[in-house]
Amino acid sequence: MERELRLMKGNEAIAEAAIRAGADGYFGYPITPQSEVLEYLTMEKPHERTGMIILQAESEVAAINMVYGGAACGKKVMTSSSSPGISLKQEGITYIAGAELPCLIVNVVRGGPGLGTIQPAQSDYFQATKGGGHGDYKLIVLAPASVQEMADFVELAFDLAFKYRNPAMILSDGAIGQMMEKVWLKPQKERSREFPEWATTGKTPDRERNIITSLNLDPNKQEDFNHKLQAKYREIEKNEVLYEEFQCDDAEYLFVAYGTSARVCQKAIELAREEGIKVGLLRPITLFPFPTVIISRLADQVKGILTVEMSAGQMVEDVRLAVNGKIPVEHWGRMGGIVPTPEEAVENLKSKIIGG
Amino acid sequence: MSDNITKGKMIKPENLVYTKSRVMTDNVTSYCPGCGHGTAHRIIAEVIEEMDIQSEIIGVAPVGCSVLMYDFLDLDIQQAAHGRAPAVATAIKRLMPEKFVFTYQDDGDLAAIGTAETIHACNRGENIMIVFINNGIYGMTGGQMAPTTLEGMKSSTSPYGRDVATMGNPLKMTDIVATLPGTYYVTRQSVQKPANVRKTKKAIRKALEYQKLNRGTCFIEIVSNCPSGWKMTPVESNKWMEDTMFPYYPLGDFKVPEED
Repeated sequence: MERELRLMKGNEAIAEAAIRAGADGYFGYPITPQSEVLEYLTMEKPHERTGMIILQAESEVAAINMVYGGAACGKKVMTSSSSPGISLKQEGITYIAGAELPCLIVNVVRGGPGLGTIQPAQSDYFQATKGGGHGDYKLIVLAPASVQEMADFVELAFDLAFKYRNPAMILSDGAIGQMMEKVWLKPQKERSREFPEWATTGKTPDRERNIITSLNLDPNKQEDFNHKLQAKYREIEKNEVLYEEFQCDDAEYLFVAYGTSARVCQKAIELAREEGIKVGLLRPITLFPFPTVIISRLADQVKGILTVEMSAGQMVEDVRLAVNGKIPVEHWGRMGGIVPTPEEAVENLKSKIIGG
Repeated sequence: MSDNITKGKMIKPENLVYTKSRVMTDNVTSYCPGCGHGTAHRIIAEVIEEMDIQSEIIGVAPVGCSVLMYDFLDLDIQQAAHGRAPAVATAIKRLMPEKFVFTYQDDGDLAAIGTAETIHACNRGENIMIVFINNGIYGMTGGQMAPTTLEGMKSSTSPYGRDVATMGNPLKMTDIVATLPGTYYVTRQSVQKPANVRKTKKAIRKALEYQKLNRGTCFIEIVSNCPSGWKMTPVESNKWMEDTMFPYYPLGDFKVPEED
C-alpha cells in the first residue's frame, strides 16, 4: 500500500495508521468520542491486510490487560479509549510500566469528572503525565494537534515505546478525534517477525526463561528497579522532547498550549498581532518529556505567559516549574467540553498578562 | 540418616522411582507444608515435559499464593494483575496461535476480582487452558474469605463463619463456565491422593491436547487445601476438604468432548 492522501476523521486516521505502522494487535472497548477507532478497524479487516488482530474486549480493564499480554510477547499492540475508559485502564497501565512493556494507549479526551460529557476536553493532562495509576512511573505522552499528527504519532509512539520499553500515550481530544482533515498516510510497513530477547515466546534450551512481572518482594530490589526506571525517564527527557514554536522570534508575550487549544491560539495570535500585540505560541508536542528548557529560555525573552487549556489549569503547573518565577505565568481555559474561542484567548491575554 | 550418605550414593538407577521434572526449577517453593499448589505445579511440569512443549508454552501467573509460579516452573511466564490472567492469555494466544497458553489462578483471582475476564474468555472460547485452584480462602493475604468459602466457614474476614444472608453464597465457577458454549472440556479434580493426582494430570494432558486441536477453552478446577489458612495440619486439612469441600464442590467432569 502506497503513500496516500485521504480525508479522514482523527480517530479513523489513528486506526489506519496503526495498520500501516505494522501493528500486531488492537484491543478496545466502545466509548464516545473514540469508538470510530474500533469501528474502522473491524470494518477494515486488517487480519486480511497484514495479519493484525482486532478484538473487542469485555471491558476497558480486559482490553488493557490484553495489551499487557501481547506486549509481553514482544508484539506491537495498542488500545484506545476516552477519559472514563482510560481511568479504568490505569491498573493495567501501571503494571505495563512496572513490567517495562512497550505499547500504545490512545486517549481521546472528553470532559469530566465522572461520566462528564462526550465533548472535547484536556482535563486528563495530570492523569497522563503525572502517573495516573499507582507508583512512580511515566508514560511517553504525545499530543497531536491535527488529523495528520494523529496518523503520524502512531508510528512515532510505537518507536519510542520499543526504544525505551515503556508505554506511550497519544493524548488527543474529542475535537481532533472527530474532525475530518486531509491526511497523508504512510506506505504499508511490514509487521515485524522478530521478537525482542525479553519476550515470552516459549522457553527454548538456548536461554533462561523469560519472566514478565512487576513484582519484587525484596524492597531493596524494588528500590533498585525504581532507580532504573527513573534513569530511563531522565534519558527520555534528554533525548525525546518535541515542540513547535509559532511566531516566537519577536514575541513579547507567549501562549503555551497543546492540541486543540494550540490551534485556537494560532488564530488568537493572528487577531492579537492585528492589534499590535506581539505574541507567540510554544506548542508542546511531547507532554512527557515536557519542553522545559525551551520554555525557560523563552521566559528570558517574553514579559508573561498565558497557558490556554481545556481544563481548570493543569499544564500551567509544568510551565510555572519551567519558568521558575522569572515572569508571570497565568492560566485561562474552558471546561466541561467547551472549546475556547480565539477572541476569548486574546481578551484573557490582555486582562491576565498584559494588563496585569 | 547419617551425614556421610550423600544424595549421589543413594540415587541409583535400580532404586530410582521418582525424579523431579526438568520443567521444574531447583528453587524451593514458597508454599506451606501440605499445600496442594506444589503438586499441581509438578503435574503441569510433568505434562509439559512429556509432551515436549517447554519451548512452545507460555504461562500466566495470577496474584495470590501462586504469584511466584515463575520461580518454580522453568517456563516463559507472564505475571498478570489480579484476576486478569484470562484477558492476558487471550492476547497471547490470539497473537501467537501456534503456542500453548495456560493460566493458573486461585479462587479469589478467578472467581471474585476476575469473574468477568474468566467468563468472557470462556464464552469467547479462547483456545487456552485455565487451571483453577479452589481452596476456599485468600491464602497469600492471610486467610480472608474467598468467593468460594463455604457457608459457616471461618476466615479472618468471616470470623464467625460465612453468613450467606449477608456475605453471599459460595460461587461454583466451574458449574457456570460449563454452561458456556465456548468451553470444550470442563472438569473438577483434586490432588490430595495419588489416584486423584493421576486423574488431574490426565485432565491437564487432555486439555493441552485439545488446545493443539483448537477446540476452545479447557477449564480444570482443582479443589485444594490451605493448612495455614484453615489452621489445620496437612492431614486434617485433606480430611476436612474431603468431608466438607467435596460435598459442595463434587469432583468429576462437567463437560466432556464427544470425541472421548
